[in-house]
Amino acid sequence: MTETPATGPDPEPASTGSAAAQPAEPAEAGSAEAGQTGAGQAGPGKPAGSRARLTGAVIIQAITQGSSTVITILAIFLALVVGAVLIAFSDPVVTKAWSTFFSYPFYALTQTWDSVSFAYTQMFEGAIFNPSTVSAAFHGGSVAAIFYPLSSTCAQATPLILTGLSVAIAFRAGLFNIGAAGQWVGGAIVATWLGFGVSLPPFIHVVVCLAGAFVGGAVIGWFVGFLKARTGAHEVIVTIMLNYVMYDLLSYLLSHPTMLQQPHQTNEIAPFIANDANLAHVGGPPPQVGIGFLIAVAAALAVAWLLSRTTTGFQFRTVGASPSAARTAGIKVERSWILVMLLAGGLAGLSAATVIQGTNTQLTFNSYGTYGPDGITVALLGRAKPIGVVLAGLLFGALHVGGTYVEAATLGQVPADIVQVLEGLIVLFVAAPALIRAVFRLRSTAGTGLEAVAKGWNG
Amino acid sequence: MERLTTVATAVRPPLTTERRRHLAAATFIVIGLINIFVFGVLAHAGDASFELSLASASVKIPVIRVPAAPVCYALGVVAVGLGVLRETVPFSRLAKRLAIAGVLVCFLLSLLCWADAGAIPLNVIIISQGTFTESIPLILGALAGCLCERSGVINIAIEGQLLFGAFTAAIVASAFGGLWVGLVAGSLAGGLVGVLLAVFAISFLTDQIVLGVVLNVLVLGMTDYLYDRLMSQNPNYNTGITFGSIKIPGLSQIPIIGPIFFDSTVFLYITYAAIIVIQVALFHSRWGLRVRAVGEHPTAADTVGINVLWIRYRNVILGGLVAGIGGAYLTIGSVGSFIPDISSGFGYIALAALIFGRWTPLGALAAALLFGFCEEMALVLPTVNPVLPAPIMNMAPYVATIIAVAGLVGKVRPPKADGQPYVKA
Repeated sequence: MTETPATGPDPEPASTGSAAAQPAEPAEAGSAEAGQTGAGQAGPGKPAGSRARLTGAVIIQAITQGSSTVITILAIFLALVVGAVLIAFSDPVVTKAWSTFFSYPFYALTQTWDSVSFAYTQMFEGAIFNPSTVSAAFHGGSVAAIFYPLSSTCAQATPLILTGLSVAIAFRAGLFNIGAAGQWVGGAIVATWLGFGVSLPPFIHVVVCLAGAFVGGAVIGWFVGFLKARTGAHEVIVTIMLNYVMYDLLSYLLSHPTMLQQPHQTNEIAPFIANDANLAHVGGPPPQVGIGFLIAVAAALAVAWLLSRTTTGFQFRTVGASPSAARTAGIKVERSWILVMLLAGGLAGLSAATVIQGTNTQLTFNSYGTYGPDGITVALLGRAKPIGVVLAGLLFGALHVGGTYVEAATLGQVPADIVQVLEGLIVLFVAAPALIRAVFRLRSTAGTGLEAVAKGWNG
Repeated sequence: MERLTTVATAVRPPLTTERRRHLAAATFIVIGLINIFVFGVLAHAGDASFELSLASASVKIPVIRVPAAPVCYALGVVAVGLGVLRETVPFSRLAKRLAIAGVLVCFLLSLLCWADAGAIPLNVIIISQGTFTESIPLILGALAGCLCERSGVINIAIEGQLLFGAFTAAIVASAFGGLWVGLVAGSLAGGLVGVLLAVFAISFLTDQIVLGVVLNVLVLGMTDYLYDRLMSQNPNYNTGITFGSIKIPGLSQIPIIGPIFFDSTVFLYITYAAIIVIQVALFHSRWGLRVRAVGEHPTAADTVGINVLWIRYRNVILGGLVAGIGGAYLTIGSVGSFIPDISSGFGYIALAALIFGRWTPLGALAAALLFGFCEEMALVLPTVNPVLPAPIMNMAPYVATIIAVAGLVGKVRPPKADGQPYVKA
């Protein structure tokens, strides 16, 4: 490792840019948030020409040294390369071609390329943009169809962003919230009950259900924080246990018609929520994006504001950095733990509301899916920063949509499970910048890696 | 002077031993009251009967009958009494633990008295056997975590190690028709996840919590994918063969103890060995002293010539091998065939058992057995006493853990350097 004083003067001009892209530990306290909300872009009082040259230097330096944005892009690329191997392995034509590799090497390579590029093209067209919809629109087709893939991606991303925020905000206060799944169920139970059990005027019903879901999740989160603050019970244990408790509670409620079960049903399924409790849709029926996405983005902005612009947020971050230092400075650490877990639970509850009121309109035992565990990966990929979580949630949403699409397009030959592997690889590579630097021969910077997102058991 | 006192009060840990004492005493008393007012009052009027031998046993022990309700009351009074004692008399460390054990035993016995509705006697042997078999993957997973975390590497990837071990054991045992080959392969598969954990955590300095979660996601995705590609299309790769139980000659004939401890698959014996070896090695050998030194204060360990990175690599991979055996148990030790996500959260429960057991093998064993017992009761109780709905019974292990963690264990202290990568200065 190089000495810090030796490299000190050299990257000086780039410091504003790299601080924006890669918040190092000292920047954590203040400028990190300013950087990622885009406030710290322009250097004050510099002539236009030198600023342009500076920007160029910053970009080149970012690429050669690997800023966190570049690392993320390279990580995604590397994950796609590994995924390509799996896709090729799934295709019998390709595996057959490779068995004759020494006789027809070129044939094996072209077959592999065809198979992989077809799968990834399908994934892209399913999740982001399909060129054929544009020409179809010119020939009298639907214009809305152009935006259909993006709209599905946003819809898929909505609950992931919210559970991701739930995990992320807890991370910032030094807590590991594995319990987003349980809090999700808590929110879903309340939202469903308010959704079909209460009749209210249209707009008010939506708001009441959303608030109820927030409270439902927040109560579960609060309980975790309360136990940690009052008895020292480790949040990892309590959240894991509460997940199972909530699954069982859900199963109990959904199997009793006096509780949440739909009458005359033997399955674990709740009644449909009232129409006026549904969130409005922008593009069309449920796979399309709705108001829920706006709620998710608004929640991200609110969390960003809370963390960077309020005393409470500052206290969260201080507690996260060092509970003992925070206590010495007079911050009520226990209060921060309780409050942050309450908010984390509420966000997970909101995630449930966007699913129950937005896409599913009814709660079943399997509704909770993998939103909780996915929230952890989304939060980690977004480096526990609200804006990062939104971007990570969108990426995962796109991968989910693309995975389902490609499975259908290849008649099940490329299974959607590949997406899970891709997600894991992306987060793994993003978390290991040293590996990416080694693979792509980037010059290493003074820092050893990205700032730690999650803290260990020592809090 | 004034400043000093304010700092002193501010730094004072929030959970004083006094508070801890109140909390423990209160939990004892609450458990005692549950014994009296829940189990005692709801128990049926007649006797609770317990069978202490299997139908196949050569020596039969007569069925034990006790009056259900009075026994619950008596046990409740004992627990409340222990609570009052805990509050008023200063307890030594050992006495504290014995008191916790005593209260838990009172609770379990009155639970059993209440559960037995009288018509069919509860077979204690079968429940105990079930407890042990349910616990095996949890114990091995927690031991794996213990090996890793005592050397300073957080292991959240236990779930992934179990899952990959389960998958590999099933496919190798089926493909080669050899159970022992499958066992070894399962262990190696866990070790492979351990290698990944070690390389990324120790050499690439990756955030260890991120890494563990990601490895779990990756293994889940890979096993789902491979199950799709290989197993579901070709049943020969998932034949579902399992180990039979091995009776230890002599020992397995002992009444009560024999069928519980000495009549099981090879996995239970491996688990005994692992517990003993790891407990002794960690706390009574030079090897363990070095491991703990690396986990508590790597710089100091390095100064006296201990190779920190090597010890961490070795322990993380060893842990993976142990967890891989636990994974193999899930397929070739119990149900046979692999299904996607067969580990279904066992790894996370093992992690909880590890923390609950304060990062010691014996503590983790106790925590894992508590889980195993509750899971077994959740399976058994609906058949003997269909009063409570199954989902509520299924909650029991998790609620019990929360009560135990919050009321009895409280704040735990992990190894000091757990989760911090070591970079030589």
